[in-house]
Amino acid sequence: MSSTPILTMVDITKEFPGVKALSEVNLTVYPGEIHAICGENGAGKSTLMKVLSGVYPVGTYEGEIHFNGEPCQFRNIRDSEHKGIAIIHQELALSPYLSIAENIFLGNERASRGVIDWNATNAEAAKLLRMVGLDSDPATRIVDIGVGRQQLVEIAKALSKDVKLLILDEPTAALNDEDSANLLALMRRLRDEQGMTMIMISHKLNEIAAVSDSVTVIRDGQTIKTLDMHGEEPVTEDVIISLMVGRSLDNRYPVHTSTIGSEVLRVENWTVHHPIQNERKVVDDASLAVRAGEVVGLAGLMGAGRTELAMSVFGRAYGANVSGKVFMHGKEVDTSSVGKAIAAGIAYATEDRKRYGLNLIQPIKTNIVASALGKLSSRGVVDRNEEIRVAEGYRREMRIKSPSIDILSGQLSGGNQQKVVLSKWIYTDPDVLILDEPTRGIDVGAKYEIYQIINTLSDAGKGVLVISSELPELLGICDRIYTMSQGRITGFLDRAEADQEKLMVLMTKERERAAS
Amino acid sequence: MNSVAQYLSKNAREYGIWIALVLIVILFQILTSGLLLIPNNVASLIQQNAYVMILAMGMVMVIVAGHIDLSVGSIVAFVGGITAIMMDSWGVPWYLAVLGALVAGAVIGSWQGFWVAYVGIPAFIVTLAGMLIFRGLAIVIVGTTVAGLPRPFVNISNGSLPNALGFVGNLDVVTLVIGALGVAALVWAQLRTRRAAVKHDIAVDPAGLFWGKIVLIAVFAGYMTFLLANSAGGTPIVLVLVGVLIIAYTFLLNRTVFGRHIYAIGGNLTAAILSGVNTRRTNFMIFVNIGMLAGVAAIVTTSRAGAAVAAAGGNYELDAIAACFIGGTAVTGGIGKISGAMIGALIMGVLNMGLSIMAVDAAWQQSIKGLVLLLAVALDLIGKRRTGR
Repeated sequence: MSSTPILTMVDITKEFPGVKALSEVNLTVYPGEIHAICGENGAGKSTLMKVLSGVYPVGTYEGEIHFNGEPCQFRNIRDSEHKGIAIIHQELALSPYLSIAENIFLGNERASRGVIDWNATNAEAAKLLRMVGLDSDPATRIVDIGVGRQQLVEIAKALSKDVKLLILDEPTAALNDEDSANLLALMRRLRDEQGMTMIMISHKLNEIAAVSDSVTVIRDGQTIKTLDMHGEEPVTEDVIISLMVGRSLDNRYPVHTSTIGSEVLRVENWTVHHPIQNERKVVDDASLAVRAGEVVGLAGLMGAGRTELAMSVFGRAYGANVSGKVFMHGKEVDTSSVGKAIAAGIAYATEDRKRYGLNLIQPIKTNIVASALGKLSSRGVVDRNEEIRVAEGYRREMRIKSPSIDILSGQLSGGNQQKVVLSKWIYTDPDVLILDEPTRGIDVGAKYEIYQIINTLSDAGKGVLVISSELPELLGICDRIYTMSQGRITGFLDRAEADQEKLMVLMTKERERAAS
Repeated sequence: MNSVAQYLSKNAREYGIWIALVLIVILFQILTSGLLLIPNNVASLIQQNAYVMILAMGMVMVIVAGHIDLSVGSIVAFVGGITAIMMDSWGVPWYLAVLGALVAGAVIGSWQGFWVAYVGIPAFIVTLAGMLIFRGLAIVIVGTTVAGLPRPFVNISNGSLPNALGFVGNLDVVTLVIGALGVAALVWAQLRTRRAAVKHDIAVDPAGLFWGKIVLIAVFAGYMTFLLANSAGGTPIVLVLVGVLIIAYTFLLNRTVFGRHIYAIGGNLTAAILSGVNTRRTNFMIFVNIGMLAGVAAIVTTSRAGAAVAAAGGNYELDAIAACFIGGTAVTGGIGKISGAMIGALIMGVLNMGLSIMAVDAAWQQSIKGLVLLLAVALDLIGKRRTGR
């Protein structure tokens, strides 16, 4: 590692009205390294990256930035891109109906006199795609490839701009384990073969441990420490966590013993077809059961059909030509609409709370009561006092961090939004809750609280079905774990016998070829 | 006092529209040398613009849910025609004809609601088709004009409440009583909401501001009462009609499950579906409702003209849409209030009235109204962007 840093950010202070988001933060990045930045949500990671990339122009913050030895005063993103700093945001910014090649060169078209040179566009795109290890045709539309591949297209796009410092904001947040592994491998390759410098913001400590050369921990807008991952003392995940939260977290999963009762939910021979490609089976003859007080996991790689299974059971909210039976307490129930599913005692908290879970332009209280308005209204008239009482109750009980229940839900952090979504479903008084990726994009401290909520639900005799892409999480909180692969349930393991390897084997089990 | 200033700047968007209305009134009061606010003009301001307010109530709900309705003007002409023919050709008593108009409006609304909610055709297309269909039908049944309507029917938009309680000086006592009751009810309702909020520890306006606001509104309402009590007839009947509708629809949007569902659909459609909201039925009912309100507007318009005219209701849909947007309804749906749309309608009305008194050419009036709409939405967006940062 060379001794002159490629990037130094000195004493960066950024204030918003009433809040000091960053306070004298220092960051030093050396060429050719993968530098991870971690910290809880709201610690200031994203703000720091926005300062670096010119989203917050020079003058709106204090402190100095030096890149490649020269002082930088970026007025906008264009300035920073010009110097070779590219940022890949958590939410991908690709145009869905344009091709991969068109997206790569969007805003940077291969053209002469305003006319696109398609041969150059496609040829260069193909070269970039090879570089990132993506085997798709450059003419494929973005909608037709998965999120994992889209992430690679974003990187190819950055590479096309002759980038010297690549910033990846939560690059694997939306990816399954396989795609994540691919991406991390690509990052290593870019570092080792091209000497690319990367800054990676991540919550996933195992990934940080796997690829990064150094880690800077930020807490409450301040630099806590920069750790050398290749130093003499090994940096464990626990060390990073204790720096992030400012205390040592002995156990990431609360200890809990479930009292398991009789069966609550049983799904039998559930088959769902793709809503557009009608002949494709997304869920294929799946059966599963959840008992009272039991926390059941549903593991699977992205595209295995977990969310599709859950959403189709929950009022046919997904899919076409759905067949199969749903039983609650041993009796077959009609779940053909969301309203009926809720009435039958099923709740489903979505994996994408911003898009599917919350009305972001309405206050917390309105969201909390949205699914059970019938409970606090008579003859169609809402009892607003009762609404306030209910919402206040959940704010205290779930420890939603907000000064009031009149705050718009869009202004809350991810963890608090998730608590609002959970409150909303708990208020419908369900017998079984299906929680789809309940801790996605949430920081370590809030995750622990979500696990505690799940345990409280279990203690109250509810059945809980947790869908998660993080195997340690499932192993940490579930009594039993089902695995799905290619739309089928490929097995289930008790907590005692399950480990990541065994689950992974079941999760990747190929469809057995039919004899005919 | 710094906190009050801060508070005002934070809530500038909400108060901005009130301030805009007051400024426009003052402007025209000056430009017309005081003619705008003479008692008889105030009465006819209300009578002439009742249709915008009525249609805007339905339109707010449509726009909040993320749709649009281009057909209300044509429905007004068509239903107005039906109503007039019922009375003129078939000899139906006026009160049954009024009922008939409401039913006809609701039937037309369910026709359009069916296509939007159950077939899934965008409302823009459905109501564009409706605009053509019902304008055509209006011309077919009305010809050019159906006149000769009964006196009580014509009185709806032209008459005033009878002077049952005599006069105090020049002032109509009925109007004074209504005004006093109105102010009292408003103060009571505001106090009740505030107490409930305080009880539940919800942030409320600073006390000074709260009372200041109430005094301002009371002074405004008192002044309007004074002007109307001074006018030739006293309280116009349509004012009572519009007042009742405003109260009913504010209640409907704020306090009922149906109202909540409208905001839920407009704020995040998928989240609403996944929360168990019957989005189809809600969308259907939204269109039935605006159809019915178009029926009310047809009654008011036909009564005002004293005749059904095939060309009636021209550009009414645009007036109603403009009133909503001036009143802060979000173009993308999910946000909007009856009160805002009503003030938007009043701003349009004052513009109409003021420009007419000044004898500004009708063509220019249209251009000016267009500019005001554009400016209002632009200011709203700029304000949003500033507070969003």
